[in-house]
Amino acid sequence: MFTNLGSEIGKFGAYLGQTARLMVGLPDYDVYLTHMQEQHPDKTAMTYEEFFRERQDARYGGNGRMSRCC
Amino acid sequence: MSVILKQAGWAALAIVGACALGVIALSRGESINALWIVVAAVAVYLIGFRFYGQYIATNVMQLDAARATPAVRLNDGLDFVPTNKHVLFGHHFAAIAGAGPLVGPVLAAQMGYLPGVMWILVGAIMAGAVQDFMILFISVRRDGRSLGDMIKSELGLVPGVIALFGTFMIMTILLAVLALIVVKALAQSPWGTFTVAATIPIALFMGVYSRYIRPGRVGEISLIGFVLLMLSIVVGGQVAADPLLGPLFTFDGKQLTWMLLTYGVVASVLPVWLLLAPRDYLSTFLKIGAIFGLALGIVVMAPDLKMPAVTQFIDGTGPVWSGTLFPFLFITIACGAVSGFHALISSGTTPKLLENETHATYIGYGGMLMESFVAVMALVAASIIEPGIYFAMNSPAALIGTSPESAAQAIGQWGFFITPEMLTQTAKDVGETTIISRTGGAPTLAVGMAQIFAAALGGKAMMAFWYHFAILFEALFILTAVDAGTRVGRFMLQDLISTVLPPFKRLPALAASLIATFLCVGAWGYFLYQGVIDPLGGINTLWPLFGISNQMLAAIALMLGTVVLFKLKREKVAWVTIVPTVWLLICTLTAGYQKLFHDNPKIGFLAHAQKYQAALAEDKILAPAKSMPQMQQIIFNDYVDAALAALFMAVVLSILFFGLRACLRALREEHPSSTETDNVRHQPAVA
Repeated sequence: MFTNLGSEIGKFGAYLGQTARLMVGLPDYDVYLTHMQEQHPDKTAMTYEEFFRERQDARYGGNGRMSRCC
Repeated sequence: MSVILKQAGWAALAIVGACALGVIALSRGESINALWIVVAAVAVYLIGFRFYGQYIATNVMQLDAARATPAVRLNDGLDFVPTNKHVLFGHHFAAIAGAGPLVGPVLAAQMGYLPGVMWILVGAIMAGAVQDFMILFISVRRDGRSLGDMIKSELGLVPGVIALFGTFMIMTILLAVLALIVVKALAQSPWGTFTVAATIPIALFMGVYSRYIRPGRVGEISLIGFVLLMLSIVVGGQVAADPLLGPLFTFDGKQLTWMLLTYGVVASVLPVWLLLAPRDYLSTFLKIGAIFGLALGIVVMAPDLKMPAVTQFIDGTGPVWSGTLFPFLFITIACGAVSGFHALISSGTTPKLLENETHATYIGYGGMLMESFVAVMALVAASIIEPGIYFAMNSPAALIGTSPESAAQAIGQWGFFITPEMLTQTAKDVGETTIISRTGGAPTLAVGMAQIFAAALGGKAMMAFWYHFAILFEALFILTAVDAGTRVGRFMLQDLISTVLPPFKRLPALAASLIATFLCVGAWGYFLYQGVIDPLGGINTLWPLFGISNQMLAAIALMLGTVVLFKLKREKVAWVTIVPTVWLLICTLTAGYQKLFHDNPKIGFLAHAQKYQAALAEDKILAPAKSMPQMQQIIFNDYVDAALAALFMAVVLSILFFGLRACLRALREEHPSSTETDNVRHQPAVA
């Protein structure tokens, strides 16, 4: 029961971190890696640094879309 | 059995909500506790979500759990990622929450808290949440396409271009009014100016750190940035008190305007990782933290509301902004009840991350209810401070003068008790030289928040710290919006100019970008400057224009929703979008018409221009003008504002025309004629 509780809290913390990162436009890197391994095993996945820069440019790069509100 | 229990639970909630609403509505002349408003709001939201939101999901949209969303079909791990619904709720809420829902209700408090609370609740349930939800649904069914794109494909190319142009003008007014709020909060405030200025080097440091020193460690650098920010507030107090440094950070409105314009140009051409991204981290996390803090503070402190339920200013003679309750209250509250800008967010990143269609109710409808709750808290924060202080802070100098004595006397004549000592003491408590005519809503909210936070943490000694914390948090996300908005505006403008003037495309990229940047900053800068020198405070002119434009964008989004429902052959349930559309059209067109043609020069732009023209004809000079050219400038500004109001009306009326045409065409069709993407089935992991 208590081990369950511990893992529940861990899961909750992980979700909290994910939420905070996605709030500033950064999706989960592990999910991206899993996706690349499963769907595109022939391509090399971006490193975390490359992934971070790519997402930063996508969010703020001025594609004419507003990412936040008034 | 469990069904009965559930029903009993909802019935109990309804009774609690009704009781709380009853207390709010019936206690006239005696102060009520803010918790009644919080309880009533939460009950109304839960019931609205459970019954109306669910009704729309099942009967209007017919959401289908087994229909693959764009995130599932187009999953690329980057833009399109199936995301846990609570994580996505956070993302969506952080994107829609901004300065709007905080400032609008504060300004609306001049009519008392009751009209504001009512419209925030009803507006969110019936209009705002419906719009956000509807646009999210439409976009999810179209691969997450943007609002402008969808108007083009559902209504036609011409209305698409009109909507794009309208959005650019709305953005211009938005940036001007947001920048004006910062100017009003920082003028003659060395403490505030220092802390806000300090965010620039802090953000630059964070940018370099997260690019080169420890790339991508967002949480870590945000924490470091947060600590530095808090330090800058503490240091700011010392700087302001310093006889040498204090004057160095003391500026008037005009100086701050030029600084903001320079900042707008420079910030929007810098690489995004250097200033914009790290500032966005700070402002996003600070915003979410402050909202939670405010909610917690209100519940813990349980303050009494000091503002009357309804003031005499519902007749339109209010000092904060002019105009009667209908239509101007509905224009002023803006984002907390319904915001057109949310349509841009709901058709932005959120639809590409939605794991399952059925989550759209929680994220689209529920997200807006949460935003509406932020507006309720802002209204509470403005209503717990002494009404006399509220009016001293929000009335322009032209009405109450600049000294505590003149302000106290003028406000006393309106029937609100205040002494000059109370005004100077409050200014001292929050660490400012004066609080008189600190218009724009942000300083008032900061005083309210400081009272709430200080009651929970630190007591009166911490008031000044919390006041500047609140100013910083508002200025921070407004500056992020100015920076990001200028970039988006520049892009839109390049797009628009290229459509109208094809040779523009042949210019070198840098030249085109610089021209568009200067045009964009010049456009919002013009309105900002005009607002700063306005003796009636600028908010009086700019906020209604912003409100009208924002509500009109919402009407456009709801019209798109109506057209899509007609095309799906669901016109029988299209009333869910038609009812709020009609209401928004009535409010915005009446307000627009009054801003143009009202006889009162405080309300009507043309009447104001005529007043100055008449004086000019007699060689008289009216304040704030000090010379004949300035008189002509004021008249010119009036005509620009009038033209803008007329333009907004023309935009919305033309979209109405194209929308009606599309609906009639859809009615004549025998089969659904929508442009939804194919219905790919998939078995959802979690329903």
